[in-house]
Amino acid sequence: MTKGKNKMSEINETFNSSIDEAPPRVTAIKRFSRVFFARRVVIFGLVVITILVLTAIFAPLLAPYDPYKQNLNNILSKPNSEHWLGTDTLGRDTMSRIIYGTRTSLLVGIVAIFIAATIGMFLGLTAGYMGGATNTVIMRLIDAMMTFPMILLALTIAALLGVGLKSIIIALGISLVPPYARVMCGQALAIKQNDYVMAGRAMGAKSSRVMLRHVAPNCFPPLIVLMTMMIGSAILAEASLSFLGIGIRPPGAAWGAMVSEGYRYLLTTPVLSFAPGLAIMLVVFAFNMVGDGLRDALDPRLRGSI
Amino acid sequence: MTTYIIRRLIQAFFVMILATVIIFCVMRLLPGDPILLFVSQDEYTRTTSQEDIDALRKKFGLDKSLPMQYFDWIGGVLKGDFGESIFFGTTVMEEIGSALPVTFNIGIITFILANLIGIPAGVICAVRRGKWSDTLLTVLANLGITVPIFWLGILLIYFFGLYLGWLPIQGYTSPFEDFSLSVQKLIMPIICLVLFPLAGTTRQTRSAMLEIIRQDYIRTAWAKGLTEKTIIIRHAVRNGIIPVVTLAGMGIPMILGGQVVIETVFNIPGMGRLAVNALFSQDYAVTQGVVLIMSTIIVLSNLLVDISYGWIDPRVRYD
Repeated sequence: MTKGKNKMSEINETFNSSIDEAPPRVTAIKRFSRVFFARRVVIFGLVVITILVLTAIFAPLLAPYDPYKQNLNNILSKPNSEHWLGTDTLGRDTMSRIIYGTRTSLLVGIVAIFIAATIGMFLGLTAGYMGGATNTVIMRLIDAMMTFPMILLALTIAALLGVGLKSIIIALGISLVPPYARVMCGQALAIKQNDYVMAGRAMGAKSSRVMLRHVAPNCFPPLIVLMTMMIGSAILAEASLSFLGIGIRPPGAAWGAMVSEGYRYLLTTPVLSFAPGLAIMLVVFAFNMVGDGLRDALDPRLRGSI
Repeated sequence: MTTYIIRRLIQAFFVMILATVIIFCVMRLLPGDPILLFVSQDEYTRTTSQEDIDALRKKFGLDKSLPMQYFDWIGGVLKGDFGESIFFGTTVMEEIGSALPVTFNIGIITFILANLIGIPAGVICAVRRGKWSDTLLTVLANLGITVPIFWLGILLIYFFGLYLGWLPIQGYTSPFEDFSLSVQKLIMPIICLVLFPLAGTTRQTRSAMLEIIRQDYIRTAWAKGLTEKTIIIRHAVRNGIIPVVTLAGMGIPMILGGQVVIETVFNIPGMGRLAVNALFSQDYAVTQGVVLIMSTIIVLSNLLVDISYGWIDPRVRYD
């Protein structure tokens, strides 16, 4: 009896020690961060985004001048020690306006994508999960939306809603819906085949519950990647709309509108147009790189290859 | 195959009908009244009475109910009559007739260049993965999807147009009129337009090819002793091209969208600028007509992409 017990503890010991010697378990977070932080350019993007978010929040502290204050005695000045990027047609400090413009860009980009993703997710989930006629109606509507160039659709909706930050956000939010609806529909179609969905339904859960509690959370990874990658597109689209003259009201600072204003003074003060364009590029680049990193890190096919 | 194409055509037809309803409704929802806007331009030269306004409204059919206006419009479109422009005093067909060839010319060149350069560039990246050529092209492609094209246009205008004085900074000339001037005027707009689809094609081709060259049959091809050229062209590209074709199809709305912006920057009298101007002046008939033509182009190109799958990829069966 005692002998048997000893034997048992011996076995237990060897078993335990072999567990200790096994390689440490790789958690999902570790695996994610190993791939995500593998490329320097992704880290660069992350740093840039952090700096930009801080710039947007602390714009009043960072801006050397009031971005709306006109000084008609000092218009279109070249970059100098007082005004690092010169002044515009109304004598406003370009540097300060670019710093304030960060707010517009980030706000429009992030909120518009959030709206697009929410609507698209809802439509795609319903279409994919319900199938049949619901699917046909929703997805054909999405197809119809995709027959318009995105920028033209956004331009039209923005014209419909009138000038202002809110209307540009809503316009972009609506016109960026199709890709989300499509991705979500595809995901929902695949995921609803799983046993746990059937189990949920067998237990009498309502469709809405199965959709939101079981199907939706499993669709998120590709959706998050798409959201990050498209913040850049949304910011570019906002800049294009501002450039075309449908954007935020004149005193407000938006990079696209600044490029457009500076265009008229290209011969004398090209920096007015050049500087805000560079700012747009930097933000879009940062979001694209982080999106790429997320895609690699969340792609199960790439697991273990990097 | 035939059944598939017929079904796909019916689907495209319904999508087009939905699209026309959307265009029509959105235009009618726009705040403001195009007739009043038009009349207000003449305010200083002549006084317009209510009767004149009503007469104008009647002339453009804007006094009828919305569904009637819609059917009038669609009925006209099917007969090739897109209505009359409120502002330009011309028919929409005339406006589109002069703008469409411009946009078509620019769009086709852009589309061809994007694929002609983008696909080989993507293949080179994948084959030379990690080498300097891959790094350089990937960085360029990543920058290409980052640049605001209207800003790039302004940069080019400043540098090549104003500073160096090499190229004309705006306008459009038909290649049939004056070929060399036409080319000179097109260089900068096309550089701006091609960048985004070109970068997209390069990135997509690269990632598709990277996936393909890991496959077993590529190793088999190497083991057989085939040359690199044969393996890449016959085995890898043929299989890697499918997602690229999808992207090429998606590139067409992208190019058209780019033209909306770029035609404004370079003052090119194409569909994009026409759409923007008509939209801002609330010229219902012109905006509807332009958007409808653009939608039709996009629907047809999507249709072509879907059908071309079967031709490119024999594994695809339409049933």
